Amino acid sequence: MNRYPSWKYILVAVVVLIGLLFTIPNFYGESPAVQVSPAKSTLKANQELLSKVENTLKLADIKFNGIFLDASGVKVRFETPEEQLKAKDKLIANLGKDYTIALNLLSQTPNWLLNIGAKPMYLGLDLRGGVHFLLQVDMKAALDKAAESSVGDFRTTLRKEKINYFGISRDGQKVEVKFESAEELEKARKILAKDYSDLTYTSTTNGKEQLLTASIGEASKKKIQEFALKQNLQTLHNRINELGVAEPIVQQQGFDRIVVQLPGVQDTAKAKEILGRTATLEIRMVDEDKKDIATLQAAEKGQVPFGDEMYKDREGRPILVKKNVVLTGDRITDAGPGVNQQTGGSVVNVTLDGRGAGIFKNVTRDNVGKRMAILLIEKNSTEVITAPVINEEIGGGHVQISGMDSAQEATDISLLLRAGALAAPMEIIEERTVGPSMGADNIKRGVHSTLWGFAAIAAMMMIYYMLFGGVSVVALAVNLLLLVALLSMLQATLTLPGLAAIALALGMAIDANVLINERIREELRNGNTPQASISAGYSRAWDTILDSNVTTLIAGLALFMFGTGPIKGFAVVHVLGILTSMFSAILVSRAIVNMIYGYRRKVAKLSIGQIYKA
Amino acid sequence: MELFRIKKDIPFMSYGRITTAISLITFVLAIFFLATKGLNYGVDFTGGTVMEVHYPQAANIDGIRKAVDSINLKDATVQNFGTSSDVLIRLPLRKDMSIAQLSETVTKALKAADASVEVRRVESVGSQVGEELYSNGGLALLLVCAGIMLYLAIRFEWRFAVAAIIANMHDVVIILGFFAFFQWEFNLTVLAAVLAVLGYSVNESVVVFDRVRENFRKMRKANVVQVIDNAITRTMSRTVITHAMTQTMVGSMLLFGGEVLHNFALALTIGILFGIYSSVLVACPIAMWLGVNRANLIGDIEKKSTDAELEATP
Repeated sequence: MNRYPSWKYILVAVVVLIGLLFTIPNFYGESPAVQVSPAKSTLKANQELLSKVENTLKLADIKFNGIFLDASGVKVRFETPEEQLKAKDKLIANLGKDYTIALNLLSQTPNWLLNIGAKPMYLGLDLRGGVHFLLQVDMKAALDKAAESSVGDFRTTLRKEKINYFGISRDGQKVEVKFESAEELEKARKILAKDYSDLTYTSTTNGKEQLLTASIGEASKKKIQEFALKQNLQTLHNRINELGVAEPIVQQQGFDRIVVQLPGVQDTAKAKEILGRTATLEIRMVDEDKKDIATLQAAEKGQVPFGDEMYKDREGRPILVKKNVVLTGDRITDAGPGVNQQTGGSVVNVTLDGRGAGIFKNVTRDNVGKRMAILLIEKNSTEVITAPVINEEIGGGHVQISGMDSAQEATDISLLLRAGALAAPMEIIEERTVGPSMGADNIKRGVHSTLWGFAAIAAMMMIYYMLFGGVSVVALAVNLLLLVALLSMLQATLTLPGLAAIALALGMAIDANVLINERIREELRNGNTPQASISAGYSRAWDTILDSNVTTLIAGLALFMFGTGPIKGFAVVHVLGILTSMFSAILVSRAIVNMIYGYRRKVAKLSIGQIYKA
Repeated sequence: MELFRIKKDIPFMSYGRITTAISLITFVLAIFFLATKGLNYGVDFTGGTVMEVHYPQAANIDGIRKAVDSINLKDATVQNFGTSSDVLIRLPLRKDMSIAQLSETVTKALKAADASVEVRRVESVGSQVGEELYSNGGLALLLVCAGIMLYLAIRFEWRFAVAAIIANMHDVVIILGFFAFFQWEFNLTVLAAVLAVLGYSVNESVVVFDRVRENFRKMRKANVVQVIDNAITRTMSRTVITHAMTQTMVGSMLLFGGEVLHNFALALTIGILFGIYSSVLVACPIAMWLGVNRANLIGDIEKKSTDAELEATP
């Protein structure tokens, strides 16, 4: 009765073999590497890039262990970190303009293993070091901005159609247009509803005034928010590329949040500055009618004239600019630092896209002699970088912004502008940074906990249950093997709580074997034959093991559903650990026991550490 | 080796009054400490910043405190942990500074005071995230309870489900009571441990209940008390050995796991110790008082008995 059909032994053997294959990569260390990936969408990671990188390194006489191409770019492996750094500097000098050069660690897993998809476990930031940010996108601001741009659009349209209106203003996310007569309103409504069909219009009468209110409908609200998030994701991607990080993660979380993970980043200040600077550029006209000192002083006290907003320039002087936005940062295609030929001051050279260039040309033509303000908007603060007088019509879409404090600032602002504008400001609402040495320590802690705990359990089990204890220990080892293999296979993120979950999974999994062993002893005590006791012990324990594992599974799933970050990591391992333990504690241990006892003709005694006889 | 050799069943149910009294007292004490002292929530829940910094030499706590004071962060707490060269700085949320700026400002001030400082870990959580984690934690707890009760009600009987949940919630409250009394930090990892304990110690009740059900079938002449006493006595060996094994692993975590896993392991330890007690000596009397008997248990079992079970029954 204690014999498995041969397919069961084969199944166990195959599963253990697969487990071994997928666990092995975790034992190869990592070697320092440099990753070269295209920074522009027009460039491709191809064979040409590979030979370029190879030649650069050969010319500089830098030794490397391996070079290969994958989907994200060219990766080069080195023997030592010194060679890695040398290579990085050389590559930045030669290719840094168009490519992102990042330091990386590559697994030394041999290719035949990589080819079957066996990779080491994917370590979370708390184990490898790095920064994790959670950014909240300010959706209200995105909607406000959309409404604000409608104000400008309405104004242009109404002017073009020669419809008379009193005034146009934004109230929250609504745009209000005032008319003298109901006829004018109707006319305007028809045209606006045709041109801007995603808005809903209502008209009201307020005494003599006819009021047309346009508000953003639910559907387009959703669209605006989705667009804002997508745009911000893209912008963050671009900015992070400029930072030069290997394997960054930029992901949407929920409808208004973005997770950014930068493994191995040590200069968190720089990362935060680049990410956290939610700078956008706006070009608006200075209100030239309101530049007298009295009005400016009143504005500083809060009495801002209608249709204007008060900001300060770099010297701290107040300046009134019109609310209407001429151009925003999304129209910028390129930006770079430069030097003004006449003054020698630092400038930023901006190139606009076709539509932006057209608008800019029209505005400069219509406003010669007036001032144009360039505003840099960061979270909670808006600054007028410069407000030059327009001397002539500027065509071609090339704009030079003066007023930079230093060459460094010109570089920083160019980077921000080039990396694209954010559709809505963002705020860091969670930050977790782990230094590289801490990461290594955490791995050591988790691994030590597991191994020492395992050793102690193994010793206790073998002393207490003798041979059956030994079988349990083998089953537990298989459990550990399968769990690690499964985690490597799924490439689930392993965190420190995840490592703790591995240890805990082992500590809990032994329960199944204890149950079985106790049950077998009991059957023996009841006077059953050894063979019958084994069989009954396993089959009776099965129900209990199933029940108790299901309850643990429920807890694990709840943790997975509601947990975030490290807790999710814990839950994944916890749940997987329960599944592997069912397999190993029951099937694997039974297979071994069957092989030991099942084929003997006569078994007088089981080595299960039983002293007392019934 | 065999530690348990019990010839006669131990009359656990006749101690029902004492065991219930003990657990009532611990329970009330736990509630008392939770109410008066409250939990010492970590930044995960309250929002705020924790920074772990390391110096090559013994850290100058006063110097660090001065450096932090100098940037107007008087409400920060600075303390050693682990070794004399490791320091933990806690900063509450501030209205005038974003969490990103805060850690940066502090890092700068620390570098200015002593350039050899190494920032090993920063955890900053904004208030809205903290609130969410808090409510999600509560939801997870409720979901676990509901799921387990439902499963036990289907697999056994509602009386067992109620008894098991009461027993195990009592464990959870006692763990929280310990954390309140000692003012240990309660963070996300500890919450994970609490939920894991909930799942784990229900195991315990399940094992005993399983035996109770089996005994109802086998011990036709015994009364309810005898059946339960026998079930507990006969599973006691397994209970103690299993818990000793799990605790060995948790103890190893307590020893080698470092700061981050310390409270996690602590919560598990308390959970395991009280879990043994409550899932057996609290759950069973409650199930008994709720009126568990042969009729309402076997009713749905008779159909299920398989040949294997019949064959194995002597």
